[in-house]
Amino acid sequence: MRILVGASSCGISAGALNVVSALERALAKKGKSSLKVETTGCIGMCFAEPLVEIRENGSSRFYAGVSPEDAELIAAEDICLKEPIERLLIDPDEFLKRQTRIVLRNCGRVVPSDIDDCIKYGDSYKALEKALSEKFFGEGIISEIRKSGLRGRGGGGFPTHLKWSAARNAAGNKKYIVCNADEGDPGAFMDRSVLESDPHSVIEGIIIAGAAIGAHNGIIYLRAEYPLAVERMKQAVSQAEKRGFLGENIMKSGFSFNIAIKEGAGAFVCGEETALIASLEGRRGMPEIRPPYPAEKGVFGCPTCINNVETLANVPWIILNGGEKFASIGTPASKGAKVFAVAGKAAKSGLVEIEMGTKLSDVVFGICGGVKDGGKFKAVQLGGPSGGCLSSEFLDVPLDYESVGKTGAIMGSGGMVVLDESSCMVDIAKYFLSFTQAESCGKCSFCRIGSKKMLELLNDIMEGKVGKESLDELQNLAESVKRASLCGLGQSAPNPVLTSLKYFKEEYLAHIEFKRHSDVCRKIGKFSIVSAKCRKCGLCMKKCPVNAICKTAEGAYVIDADICVKCGQCAESCAFKAISRS
Amino acid sequence: MSDGSTFLEVLGSAGSNKYELIKVLQAAQNEFSYIPASAAEEISEKMNIPVSEIYGVITFYRQFTLIRPGKHIIKVCEGTACHVADSKRLSGYIADLLSVSPGETTADGLFTLSSVACLGCCSLAPAMMIDGFVYGRLDEVQIKEIIENIRKGEK
Repeated sequence: MRILVGASSCGISAGALNVVSALERALAKKGKSSLKVETTGCIGMCFAEPLVEIRENGSSRFYAGVSPEDAELIAAEDICLKEPIERLLIDPDEFLKRQTRIVLRNCGRVVPSDIDDCIKYGDSYKALEKALSEKFFGEGIISEIRKSGLRGRGGGGFPTHLKWSAARNAAGNKKYIVCNADEGDPGAFMDRSVLESDPHSVIEGIIIAGAAIGAHNGIIYLRAEYPLAVERMKQAVSQAEKRGFLGENIMKSGFSFNIAIKEGAGAFVCGEETALIASLEGRRGMPEIRPPYPAEKGVFGCPTCINNVETLANVPWIILNGGEKFASIGTPASKGAKVFAVAGKAAKSGLVEIEMGTKLSDVVFGICGGVKDGGKFKAVQLGGPSGGCLSSEFLDVPLDYESVGKTGAIMGSGGMVVLDESSCMVDIAKYFLSFTQAESCGKCSFCRIGSKKMLELLNDIMEGKVGKESLDELQNLAESVKRASLCGLGQSAPNPVLTSLKYFKEEYLAHIEFKRHSDVCRKIGKFSIVSAKCRKCGLCMKKCPVNAICKTAEGAYVIDADICVKCGQCAESCAFKAISRS
Repeated sequence: MSDGSTFLEVLGSAGSNKYELIKVLQAAQNEFSYIPASAAEEISEKMNIPVSEIYGVITFYRQFTLIRPGKHIIKVCEGTACHVADSKRLSGYIADLLSVSPGETTADGLFTLSSVACLGCCSLAPAMMIDGFVYGRLDEVQIKEIIENIRKGEK
């Protein structure tokens, strides 16, 4: 019997480590301290964290939302008495069975800190052995990747084999493979999860990429805000070095390869290849004009191939199972599967890996159970700050590069935020724009000044300060920023505004006409207490964070509009719906 | 640095290799929790890089700060999921609780309120990170408790 607790960043913050110690204490009390409690990564069912798995005789039981007290029960009843606790059990198949798990194949299954476990249960480094054989090494690997049809998963969707061929054919003795692990899209967390839960697959992918293009050096450019991922990757690299999967003459193939980990210093624009290179060279991460392409002249002036974490994690699977098998999954132009990070108002949020071409509704409603707390579906935001918001009429759109691209949104790295009726689309557009505006490196005038001007316009619209003509101005400006910016950040920054203008124009108009559209739009409207409904419980006064509610001499409660910040907490807390907004 | 080297060691081993500037700055940031002017000058001298260029790099990246922060840095997540879970309200609450504005440090030097683009714990929204630990599914009551516990630990 094995006892496993999911302990990646989200598991830990949900209390997984307290569950581990509670299990250990309880087992020690029962004289079963010989049973080890192991920590695995994230299986993707973030909504059910902390998650405890009991693996026995080839099958598994999962306990969801386990508290330390539950953990003691699990130890006493399930582990010691073999009596599973039905009320805490969860069937993971409901969430997992409709998925096609390639990148996430080992996540939550293997113990990421233990290379032996990854080799035994996750087939780690099996593909490397195959890739380093004479039949595959170099061109053979690229040909397999060409057959697979794999495209970059970081957002660009560029065919991986073309990138690799270009780097392989580039002149130069010293070449680099860079793994872009600077996941910066707010709302996307698949790279973090893979790095934390299955680090060896990423390392294996990097080494295979190195063997394909003839590079002997790999760099993992990892986001510093992911401390656990940094720790796990460092540990995994040193384990792989000790086992001879990294270093000189790997598996007696004559091929040598090393990996260095560089922590990103925090700039979204460094997702752009040329900016990432500048950052690796110790400079300000500002994009540069291409050509020369990184494949010819990249890091330290050497030919460089930059691939995203998810792309590289696909590679070992493709080598092991064959390019044709990968190509048989997905649509004609978008092969394989894609990981989406589903968050926001989804009933079951987490990581979902689905075959390309799966309908949006199958993910939102089929796998993720629709909107939580019985809310009404309003929109889904795809692709983070470079993507867009799709309304319910797009629920049938197949999730592949081409179909999503046609809507004006993008697949991007795979962020999928479900929004319900309480979300204001203008606010969401403004949110993303303020992010990209702050992250603009400042090189191109249209991105630097245009995005700022767009943000000011959005603010004015939200506060009802401008007329209808401002929408045309916003549209024009957005299109200009898109056309006149050098890099992907500027070219895609207007997308959230453009898509929301296209699909949710009525919300913009509602703001302009001074009508509040949802609870988020705080600057509009006024709160007041309807005395006929008020039972004078005083809860609103207690809840008010700015003391804007006071009790009059007659015992009635009133809101001082000058102090009120329109946070809406009083209205939320009132059981008698006595607080109205106008 | 996570590998235990001090700022001066990293600076020493970097020599005049300009490519190592960010690594050296990260070492300084980790050691002092900010980049003191004296460190920037020392880097300029040893690595032969103009101070203006060094400040250009420092101000470009979010990881670096020029102001000494408080002992505990509260990073409220501003990711998309947290935004729709009303993280703005929570950061306002923390600002009131600590009587600081975002970016500022409390008078006792204990807390600095800042924000982070996304902690990648979207399913636990709203979330925040204090001293490298992520707290998720937050509300006002919990935040108050977390901050009070840290305060108690300091006494």
